Formats: sequence, C-alpha cells, structure tokens
Amino acid sequence: MNRTYELMFIVRPDMPEEEQDKLISYLENAVTTSGGQVKNVEKMGKRRLAYTVRKFHDGLYILLTFQGSGGLVHELERRLRVNEPVIKFLSVRIDEEQKRLDKIKAIRDSKRKVPPAPATPEPAGEAPAVTA
Amino acid sequence: MADETRPTSGEGQSSGGGGGERRPQRSGPGGGREGGPGGRKYFRRKKVCKFCTEKIDSINYKDVRLLAQFVAESGKIVPRRLTGVCTPHQRRLSSAIKLARNIALLPFAGRAA
Repeated sequence: MNRTYELMFIVRPDMPEEEQDKLISYLENAVTTSGGQVKNVEKMGKRRLAYTVRKFHDGLYILLTFQGSGGLVHELERRLRVNEPVIKFLSVRIDEEQKRLDKIKAIRDSKRKVPPAPATPEPAGEAPAVTA
Repeated sequence: MADETRPTSGEGQSSGGGGGERRPQRSGPGGGREGGPGGRKYFRRKKVCKFCTEKIDSINYKDVRLLAQFVAESGKIVPRRLTGVCTPHQRRLSSAIKLARNIALLPFAGRAA
C-alpha cells in the first residue's frame, strides 16, 4: 500500500542543529528500510507553542513528507515516542486530500476553457397577494 | 433562526393558493434577513462563505493565519451562524482546527500564550 503521509513533530528548542539532522536522517533511514520514500523534509524553524508542552513554551517544528504504508507510520511514531527531545508529533494522511484538490482544479480548468453558459433567468414574478 | 418558525407556519396555511411562487421568499429570512411582516428594525447583510467566495480549496491545519480567523479569543471554534461559512467548509475547517490544536499551533483554550 502506497500512501502519502505528513509527519509533523516538535523538538525541544535547545536542540543543536547537528542533532536535529541526526534525528531526521534516522527517521529517513526508517522510511527507506521499510520500502517507503521520503519526499520532502522541511524545517519550519522555531515557533511559539500555543500552550505549554512539557514545560516548553517554544519548539522547533519539523515536517517530513513521505510515501509508505500504515505500518511505517506506526514505526515512525514509536521512534519519536522513545526519542527524548521530541515533545510532540502528528501524522496526517494527505494523498486523499491532494486527490480531491486535483479534482477540483481539473474541474475548474475545464470550466475556464468553455465559455460559461448563459445563466437561466430567475423568475422574478411577484407573488400575487392572495389571502386564503 | 428560531424566528423562522413563525413565517413558515403562515406559509403552510396559504400554500393552497400560489404557494409555489412564494417559496423563494421563504428562503429569504434564513440568510437575507429582510424585514418581514414581523418588522425587523435593521437590515443585516447576508453573510457568505469566505471559502466559497475566495475559492480557497484547501483548509490545511498548518495555515494558522487562516484558521485563527475562525477561532474566538477563548479558543473556541466560531459557529457557522456567526461566520457565515457553509456546512461543507465548516466541517473541514473544524477538523483542521482540531489538528492544529493537537500540534500546538492553536490553543485548546485561551489565547496562544
């Protein structure tokens, strides 16, 4: 089963850059070994958290997009859970939403080529004041 | 919307004669709020769905700036009747807000500290 997932996780703000890279490559490794494919890694930088998590007010957000099976998500989440500097994570399946967006886009493009059909005139007839 | 029941009951009585043409008028008070026989003092502009008018297709949980417009100061999701968002979009919006809360992008309660 090949599905696209997005894994967003937050690490503690005082985590050094090289250790972040180490963690990312560790996760990428897990993806590739189980037959998945890493599509994109994005470091979203330091952000203020909306609420305190493990006594932290800030966090470094990292976004990992990959293809793989559901079991792989399970494995990645397990790895994040045992990783001490990771304070929060969220994995979301995105391929179905992407499919929906592509469909909407296709419909919109096809509509643009064809000139819009003349709108049917609304019957603006006044209701006769009939008292029952 | 509770005041909608009054015109509806009146509609039912007169449906015998020319009820078909009256139907569009009946849908008016739901959104348009034009002063009916009850006499609404001021006219409220009909609210339209932001996502439909601006053609925003994707409601992503990462788009905090967009989602924050539909979250009250207390952290609650603002109901449809106040924002005018249509039902399909409100459904997507609320699930996006809930995801954003889980990853600490939006607060569960209170302002983002």
